[in-house]
Amino acid sequence: MLAAVDVAFGYRGAPVGRGVTCAVAAGEVLCLLGPNGGGKTTLLKTLLGLIPAQGGAITIDGQALAGFSRPDLARRLGYVPQAHNAFFPFTVRDVVLMGRAARVGLFSAPSARDRDAAHAALHTLGIDHLADRTYTTISGGERQMALIARALAQEPAILVMDEPTANLDFGNQTRVLEQIGRLAAQGLGILLSTHDPDHAFACADRVALLQGGHLIALGLPRETLTADMLRRLYGVDVAVTYLTDVGRYVCTPSFNRSRGKTI
Amino acid sequence: MTVRDRPSIGRDRVVGAWDRAGIWVAPVVLVAVVVLSFGIGKYPISLADFAAAIVGRMTGQPAAIDPTIDTVLWQVRLPRVLAGLAVGAALAAAGATYQGLFRNPLVSPDILGVSAGASLGAVLGIFLSLPVLLIQLLAFIGGLAAVALVYAVGAAIRTRDPILVLVLAGVAVGALLTACLSLVKVLADPYNQLPAITYWLLGSLAAVTRGDLASILPALAIGFVPIILLRWRMNLMTLGDEEARALGVDTSRLRALFIAGATLITAAAVSITGVIGWIGLLIPHIARMLVGPDFGRVLLASVMLGGGYLVGIDALARSIAAMETPLGILTAALGAPFFLYLLATTRKGWE
Repeated sequence: MLAAVDVAFGYRGAPVGRGVTCAVAAGEVLCLLGPNGGGKTTLLKTLLGLIPAQGGAITIDGQALAGFSRPDLARRLGYVPQAHNAFFPFTVRDVVLMGRAARVGLFSAPSARDRDAAHAALHTLGIDHLADRTYTTISGGERQMALIARALAQEPAILVMDEPTANLDFGNQTRVLEQIGRLAAQGLGILLSTHDPDHAFACADRVALLQGGHLIALGLPRETLTADMLRRLYGVDVAVTYLTDVGRYVCTPSFNRSRGKTI
Repeated sequence: MTVRDRPSIGRDRVVGAWDRAGIWVAPVVLVAVVVLSFGIGKYPISLADFAAAIVGRMTGQPAAIDPTIDTVLWQVRLPRVLAGLAVGAALAAAGATYQGLFRNPLVSPDILGVSAGASLGAVLGIFLSLPVLLIQLLAFIGGLAAVALVYAVGAAIRTRDPILVLVLAGVAVGALLTACLSLVKVLADPYNQLPAITYWLLGSLAAVTRGDLASILPALAIGFVPIILLRWRMNLMTLGDEEARALGVDTSRLRALFIAGATLITAAAVSITGVIGWIGLLIPHIARMLVGPDFGRVLLASVMLGGGYLVGIDALARSIAAMETPLGILTAALGAPFFLYLLATTRKGWE
């Protein structure tokens, strides 16, 4: 369980937000929504311990985050950054193997057990076939999957994902969301940020809305993601309806119809 | 679930015949260059004589060959070849380390000012007409001090990007040191000191003795230790500071160790030969092309290629003209066009 109580976050001399209280339990998906510049990435990095919190308390299973060593933390929290290009053409297998860093001795190379764990992570995500491909030459969707596999190889209790669906095509977005649901079903706690409120309906147990560095709402998606709330968050008109065909709520911009006709 | 057990990281890459052959290029080139360089110079020695001399040494019957050949081989060429191997290997290994650490292909061991610091130290020594040993010591200390200063400045300025701050601090400190260096050059005696200064700044193995080599070996050995031991961790450092930390790597401590190791071997190498550019920049590129991105393999290939390259360049330096050509001129004259060729023809190794 990763918990934040009244956390202030940001950089020295440049605070981004404060008063954030939220928690991710095992098997739960918490989705962080908010407009650009709202502080989502900074908050995630603070919860990961990559940026020191400016106030409040962050705990993992009741123990203060600051008390953990880097490897201890990496064994509990897995981080999936946005799919990016790497500087060296490592194979996907080598990239995933790097997820074992916190479980490999300081002066050692990965052991057979570590390689097994890397393979298992690839297998869980169904991307065994990418193992020998070069990370720098695969598609953005495949890279995102490889980075998720790397985080799984860490064998963490909580997975923190920074916009895992950004820059992915429609199909890959869906695949990543399905995967998030599956991982949570296996008992992983997942905290992710996204730009698309629909994704929260699709995979989240709870949703947190971050605006101007403050959590303006936190709760179940269908109770929290109302048309009013989304307008307040993004400043545009949004329709939220229940789709009986897929059995869940969806939301879409309504594109201010009266003005649309005159254009 | 099928989990296949594989022998080691990197080796299980899908490789073509050329990639597989690439692993053998470095050792083959190294041995060939070393053997050839024993024969090349003012006093050419045939392969047969060289072989006879080695057999003579092994069997303890040196009388079988011309004593001049014996002297040239063991007293003149051997120290030069060994120094070339050590210095070339050190510069290339430091280059590979810095390139990974700073995630930049244009990085050379000079990035944090080690060469500028060593140059200022040595040039001050020459300016003050100190004995050779003190000049070398000043160069060594100058190199270490410059990097320590850059590192201290980088650590004092706390930002989100510690790597960028280090590089920029290196540029600034390097510029300051170069300014001091220019000042000393202006003040130096143009007939005695200035040529010596110029010569030192271009590097040479001509004056290197066995004693010089022995004096830097401890520093080289100590400097190589963290680089070799932490070779797998270096792969993680290439992911960038934040990602490496998220994976459980204590990046600031590792960075300090890598910088200390790479700086120590560079300063030690430069202190006895003077500044030799381009090896640390060029060789890791070639190594990466041959053996892939894994740092352990890049390091091994860089050490072999760097040593071989400098020994070969040195053989060229003592044979193409009546006077010894400074190494810095040759490494740049050969290295720069080759580097451009690499840029134009391949993107393997960096993407």
